[in-house]
Amino acid sequence: MQWETVIGLEIHAQLATKSKIFSAASTAYGAEPNSQACLVDLAMPGVLPVLNKRALEMGIAFGLAINAEVPKKSVFARKNYFYPDSPKGYQISQFDLPVVGKGQIEIEVNGEKKIIGVTRAHLEEDAGKSLHEDFHGMTGIDLNRSGTPLLEIVSEPDMRSAAEAIAYAKAIHELVQFIGICDGNLQEGSFRMDVNVSIRRPGEPYGTRTELKNINSFKFVEKAIAYEVDRHIDVIESGGTIVQETRLYDADKDETRSMRAKEEANDYRYFPDPDLLPVMISDEDIEAVRQRLPELPAVLRARFVADYGLSDYDANLLTSSKAMAQYFETMLQTAGDAQAKLCANWMSGELAKSLNRDELAIEASPISATDLAGLVVRIVDNTISGKIAKQVFEAMWQGEGSADQVIEAKGLKQITDSGAIEQIVDEVLAANSQQVEAYKGGQEKMFGFFVGQVMKLSKGQANPAQVNALLKQKLGQ
Amino acid sequence: MSLALAEVKKIAHLAAIAVEPEELDAVGAKLSNILDLFAQLSQADTEGVEPMAHPLDQTQRLREDLVAEVDQRDKFQAIAPATENGLYLVPKVIE
Repeated sequence: MQWETVIGLEIHAQLATKSKIFSAASTAYGAEPNSQACLVDLAMPGVLPVLNKRALEMGIAFGLAINAEVPKKSVFARKNYFYPDSPKGYQISQFDLPVVGKGQIEIEVNGEKKIIGVTRAHLEEDAGKSLHEDFHGMTGIDLNRSGTPLLEIVSEPDMRSAAEAIAYAKAIHELVQFIGICDGNLQEGSFRMDVNVSIRRPGEPYGTRTELKNINSFKFVEKAIAYEVDRHIDVIESGGTIVQETRLYDADKDETRSMRAKEEANDYRYFPDPDLLPVMISDEDIEAVRQRLPELPAVLRARFVADYGLSDYDANLLTSSKAMAQYFETMLQTAGDAQAKLCANWMSGELAKSLNRDELAIEASPISATDLAGLVVRIVDNTISGKIAKQVFEAMWQGEGSADQVIEAKGLKQITDSGAIEQIVDEVLAANSQQVEAYKGGQEKMFGFFVGQVMKLSKGQANPAQVNALLKQKLGQ
Repeated sequence: MSLALAEVKKIAHLAAIAVEPEELDAVGAKLSNILDLFAQLSQADTEGVEPMAHPLDQTQRLREDLVAEVDQRDKFQAIAPATENGLYLVPKVIE
């Protein structure tokens, strides 16, 4: 009998505010240790936290983006535990009245769509960092990160495979960047995932789960789940039972390990933080955030398919970030909606390839959307062939000007004068009489050879359709 | 209600407060008294009453998202027991 995997995710998205959630210290990454840790972040006596308006708005924006309820009243609570990178002895988080209630997001795995429930999302402060290198047997503490705003997004246990878990994590990752609340930087820890895994026989109640903490790569999430599912099956099938615990995924060894030490203290005694008053969110507040929300990826995707006749694949690619979608729509303003497919091809082809090669984000592309559209227009009006266009693109990438300037400067205009093309065709046929005989003797695949030779002789500038027609005509004689 | 000794020890551990063995009974009795008060409170009929998140009938003031703090690390670290390379040093937390 088969085992069914049950997975739920808790995602910590670092909110892209300038200052901390409860203090006016900077959140900039990579500063000198403790240079961005003020009295509030250090938990000095007598200080009071004051909530960052932007952090609250970002939480609301996420709620709206996943069609969740945003309650009128939101309350902060203390989560009590002792660890040196959390100097207050508690973390300010939310418990029974989080900023975002039940919502949902759609994922797609192997062409199949599925709705994943989001249980809730709450605001909280990040902890500092412990550096365990040897400081004469002591631990070094950097509190720059302490107080950085986080949105913890908790899913329902709706995922049934590692692939679904990854699709969900990527969908959330894409969404938080799209609505501009998180930079999504996995290396810098702006997006961290905790994975809850259990197995059961289909139809039976949930099995005991284990939690894999703090994974900051989609690949590691996948590997950690694979390892953990195998471990659960091994333990249960050999007559053992799974212990509910937190485990750490070790990427070097590709295994998960128990973190027993922290387990006994897992009693956080939440209570409302008396330093913070309840936050009241009015309908006007919510409406103001909704007004600023961009068109969401799922909506954009549907519109790109419906309005421009794009494939799901292209629509997915072009909505993978707000900047991509904007670039595409700017191209269409110049190239026209009828050229949507060709524009999409150039974005997913040459542009994506060059951006990857030079490790550039689309925002930093040396070729603007309008200029790339200008190139597409010249392909459509037969000034250049698709092949020559790649050459023009390369020159544009190197900063040699617009498509028209490059075509003019390099004399790349397509040859459409049939007299000129005929001359080249005749030349090629005369120089390759042996091949002509072979072709006439039935070797029809020789045709491609002639096309190649003509194109080569014309430096790629002969109009391919005319070349084909002329060759057919001459060889048919 | 009377707290078991093990519960008193657990609470002390979670609060990171050292309670000497000879104090356990007295501390346990005080904690039990507090719990008794709450037991009494919980007899009140709260049907339809919204749980109170804060005794002040006010709402949270919000801060604009502006950086207003400057680096005062040197001053803060002057009163720390141990620092090195800008880090606060604490007793080792992992084995």
